[in-house]
Amino acid sequence: MSEPARANPRYTPYHPRWHRRRMPIFWWLGRLSYTRFITRELTSLAVAYTALFLLAALCALAYGEADWEAFLARLRHPGWVAFHVGVFLFLLFHTVTWLGLAPKALVLKVGRRRLPDAAVVAGHYAAWAAASALVLAFFLWRTG
Amino acid sequence: MAQETVTFEVRRYRPEREEQPVWERFEVPVREEWMVLDALNHIKDHVDGSLSYRWSCRMGVCGSCGMTVNGDPVLTCATYVAALPRDRPVRVEPLAAFPVVRDLVVDIRDFLAKLKQVKPWLIRREEKSPAEGEYLQTPEELADYKQYSMCINCLLCYAACPIVPLEPEFVGPAAIALAQRYNLDSRDQGAAERMAALSTEHGVWACTFVGDCSVVCPKHVDPAGAIQRYKVSATADWFRSVLMPWRGR
Repeated sequence: MSEPARANPRYTPYHPRWHRRRMPIFWWLGRLSYTRFITRELTSLAVAYTALFLLAALCALAYGEADWEAFLARLRHPGWVAFHVGVFLFLLFHTVTWLGLAPKALVLKVGRRRLPDAAVVAGHYAAWAAASALVLAFFLWRTG
Repeated sequence: MAQETVTFEVRRYRPEREEQPVWERFEVPVREEWMVLDALNHIKDHVDGSLSYRWSCRMGVCGSCGMTVNGDPVLTCATYVAALPRDRPVRVEPLAAFPVVRDLVVDIRDFLAKLKQVKPWLIRREEKSPAEGEYLQTPEELADYKQYSMCINCLLCYAACPIVPLEPEFVGPAAIALAQRYNLDSRDQGAAERMAALSTEHGVWACTFVGDCSVVCPKHVDPAGAIQRYKVSATADWFRSVLMPWRGR
């Protein structure tokens, strides 16, 4: 049997030489599913921002009417409105993708049967709708 | 029998010849019913006998012929050439995330070591004697873990997961799914032993839930689901141990 052609001077005969690939920095642009995943992760910043924003709103409210009005006036600026529309869209994307993944983690059984994934997702949406309706009802009751 | 010439671009790595892998083109006369593996076998039998790759059963059971075809990790014995786009060559590469030994052959020893860590076998505190009979199981108890027992260790899930190459210590999807296969088995009592490997930063908590492992799984094992389920049960266990320390796990 003839010797294999050795064009690579750094090769040591009979010694394995693995090729190891590096992960590129922009690996998350390589596949649509990776990009969707990174987007979902990034939208959690919108969730964190919303929590901080609500705290800021509560603080403004606690400082009195003048502070609260000033806070609202600042929010009416077109820049803030545009920013919050963006935040809302991010929140929506985060919520929808998160609820869609819920059945992976939550396995519920009714009697001996496993609840179908669609039912778990539907349950989450129902809870979301119920919570939103509660907030809306409270708002209407206070302002009505 | 219908036959068509299809261009294949195969990633070659022959360490004695080149330092970096190179693409090599092959024109293959493909029959209508051929899988990608059939085309590779044709290349090896008729064009270049030095092409290296793994295969065995040719029926999606042994899990040996996993490769990257047109960017997707697939079993080449279960991927019809006819189903691939014709406007560009069919690109065949080794599975991502593993070191390449030669051409399309990857080194899987790291996976085998991780698999052993999760103790994928039935663990009993005390074995019954044969005289006491077998461990009985209801169809519902079987259904609890059967899905996870379908894993054929083809490693497509490792190739699809971006966390595996980013966090080399990550135990990975198939090993965790197999651990869950035993954790959910009514005959097993080894969940606490497996926890040392699973509930760590290199275990389930390294998973960021990209979900591609479940998408590419040819056996519908759903490793992503197994990992998320384990996260929920590990969290519940932790809360239980904090709130009720007097109760053993």
